[in-house]
Amino acid sequence: MFGYYFNLAMLSLKRNKVLTALMVLTIALGIGTSMTTLTVMHVLSGDPIPQKSAQLFRVRMNVFPDDAFKRGDRVPDNLTRRDAEALLHDARGDRQAAMSAGSMVVMSAQGDPLNVEARYTNADFFPMFDVPLRYGHAWSRGDDAGHAHVAVISGSLNEQLFGGADSVGKALLVGDQSLRIIGVLGDWDMNPRFYDLSNGQFGDSEDVFVPLSTALDMKLPTSGQTWCWGNNGNAHDANAPCIWLQYWAQLDTPAKAVAYRQYLQNYIALQQKAGRFTHSGQLELQDVMQWLDAKGVVPSDVRLQMWLALGFLGICLINTVGLLLAKFLRRGSELGVRRALGASRRSIFLQCLIEAGMVGMVGGVFGLVLAGLGVLLVRHQPTDYAAYIHMDLRMLLATFVLALSSSLLAGLLPAWRAMQLSPAIAIKSN
Amino acid sequence: MKLHPILAALRKHKAGTVLIALQIALTLAIVCNAIFIIGQRVERVNRPTGLNESNLFLISQQWVGAPSADAPDGVEKLDALQREDLAALRNLPGVASVAPINSLPLLNSSWTGSVSLKPSATIGDKTGTRTAYYFSDEQVLSTLGLKLIAGRNFNAGDVQHQGFRDSPPRPIVIVTKALADKLFPQGSAVGKVIYSDGSSSPSTIIGVVARMQTPATGSWGNDFAWYSTLVPTRMDANFARYAVRTKPGQLDATMRAVTPLLYKVNPLRVLDDNSIRPFSEIRAKAYRADKGMAVLMGVICLILIAVTAAGIVGLTSFWVGQRHRQIGVRRALGARKIDILHYFQIENLLIAGAGAVIGVVLSIGLNLWLITRYEMDRMPVLYVLVGVVAMLILGQLAVFVPARRASNVPPVSATRAA
Repeated sequence: MFGYYFNLAMLSLKRNKVLTALMVLTIALGIGTSMTTLTVMHVLSGDPIPQKSAQLFRVRMNVFPDDAFKRGDRVPDNLTRRDAEALLHDARGDRQAAMSAGSMVVMSAQGDPLNVEARYTNADFFPMFDVPLRYGHAWSRGDDAGHAHVAVISGSLNEQLFGGADSVGKALLVGDQSLRIIGVLGDWDMNPRFYDLSNGQFGDSEDVFVPLSTALDMKLPTSGQTWCWGNNGNAHDANAPCIWLQYWAQLDTPAKAVAYRQYLQNYIALQQKAGRFTHSGQLELQDVMQWLDAKGVVPSDVRLQMWLALGFLGICLINTVGLLLAKFLRRGSELGVRRALGASRRSIFLQCLIEAGMVGMVGGVFGLVLAGLGVLLVRHQPTDYAAYIHMDLRMLLATFVLALSSSLLAGLLPAWRAMQLSPAIAIKSN
Repeated sequence: MKLHPILAALRKHKAGTVLIALQIALTLAIVCNAIFIIGQRVERVNRPTGLNESNLFLISQQWVGAPSADAPDGVEKLDALQREDLAALRNLPGVASVAPINSLPLLNSSWTGSVSLKPSATIGDKTGTRTAYYFSDEQVLSTLGLKLIAGRNFNAGDVQHQGFRDSPPRPIVIVTKALADKLFPQGSAVGKVIYSDGSSSPSTIIGVVARMQTPATGSWGNDFAWYSTLVPTRMDANFARYAVRTKPGQLDATMRAVTPLLYKVNPLRVLDDNSIRPFSEIRAKAYRADKGMAVLMGVICLILIAVTAAGIVGLTSFWVGQRHRQIGVRRALGARKIDILHYFQIENLLIAGAGAVIGVVLSIGLNLWLITRYEMDRMPVLYVLVGVVAMLILGQLAVFVPARRASNVPPVSATRAA
């Protein structure tokens, strides 16, 4: 049965090659552009750490003094050192880390200076974000407290400086100071870099990780946003009125998250009582996906492109519906003969749908090729996320499902109209 | 020609008619809005920064093992390093002038703060506004090619230096005309006093430049894109940026000469591939996303129009084939070729017209949705009107070939079976 319909469809499609090609091309273009933009969306809005994203929380508070506080303002992203250290000291989460981005110049073995990105944080950072280590180990909480001059470096910096060999125990020269390497990262591909979106949302991991306490001792330069109110000397002083530290807490159960929120509220109330401010303060505790959503990691241009492509696909489908409709109705007499010879309405419907489905399949295959080209094109765009765009198996499958379902959808109305033809009139009219 | 028979015939092809009209409506809505977005991006990319952008390049470099700006006498040592570099660069043969500067327009690395008419202003202060600060020296105007329209330029005696994280008083500043007009709408800003970054010490405006864009190109910077403030201060940190204006035609040669020269002055520094960039590169990088978006929108519009035209050709061709015999009958009864041609042209005009009417509503609806979701501006009606005319012309062009084929149907086909 299907074989017969298949042959009929082939014959019909061959009869009008230009039209068939037009329909296939239209569907392919619609599918190609839609899948390209959907792939970009899929990658950009993906969960960077699916196994833990619901347990990791970004902690944000507004504890500005009254003259810098404006109700209705967004809660600032970062904390002051004073607040971050207080929260770290209380350690009410299962794990917690304060951190800042930085940059430093390290010397290679050949004596060439290299400018590298760094992250200053504390020991919990590594287990919290499931950071893999190839050699050695991360530092301990004791190292944080002891201001140990230790560093964990990335695999790529290890490659550059030590040719990929186990460099644990070697010295990392930072300007005229030195740090002892105690660990080397394995492949850690965290994109978007959700833990700190202020320094490039997409990219490789930082190259050097140093305990925050040590970095402050060594006066290593920080990067990212520093926001101060009032005149001050050093923005990184323990009591400086500046916000510059990102703060994350790991809370393993929803109950703990509720309790932690309560704890933060109490903390703000205590600060208010201590006279830092008179307003009621603001508090934001968001898990990874909420945080990414709030920061709008998917650029609005990408969303716009996706809507544009979906609109385009819609028009392509309407176009295909029109062409199929005209085509089936044109063959009214042929279908009428089949009906007169005993074919049921259902089989006419099925026959037409199979023809539409074949157009969709072929269109889908070409669409997949176009989407592949589209993704390649996106990867060559000079955007910071370009390198991370790729088509995975799910998107590949989705392409076929989209192609087939949209062409069947497009075939539905024409096939319905074709099966409604009354056989007597269809034959007589010619 | 009477419309009645056309309408009666269309009633027999409801589905096809509706589909073409819908396709034209959607195409109109998307193309109108896409072209509007392209226009806006092009306008954004083409706005002048206020700089003379040719023969200008930027050096960004970092010292290795330099003293910290927080260390005692660190600031003085860093300043000495910076003055050494400046002197060497100013002596290069191809160089017209050099200025140390913390950022440039379109560089997307900015020192954003506030200025106010009141001392010690707080965040809610209404007399002030946000501004981007440029810290430089007395050569900044000539180096960047800024046009002074009132007051005077900085002179060498005005120039101070400070550590990166310090905030000493800023006794004099030069502001852009846009900022001057915002702060002092009544008249000349020169000689007036403002307070920067919530400071309690006054800053006197000594000059006004015609135009200078802020470094930020993101949408968050749109509110104060032209509110720049120039401060005659060298920033001392373990990194420094220098803007260099070369003599005409000597940009490439001078850029090549910089790296060896600076290494000769002081080898303890990092200069990499990105350290020396002509302003044209900074501009291209700042607007690459806008350009990419505009190109993409343009390509999609073209394909969309082609698909719609192809759809009209295809469907009309079918109708012509279907009505072969009827056309023959009409011809046999005395209709001229031109009557048949006009029949299909008017039929298309009716469908396209109906589609365009729906399209106008859709375009405006889509624009309103984009305004709420993507901070888009309101689209002028002109875009929609031009779009409607374009759609009608597109329809006529697309229908011409099948309509001409219809007009060539011989009268004798009335007697033949289809």
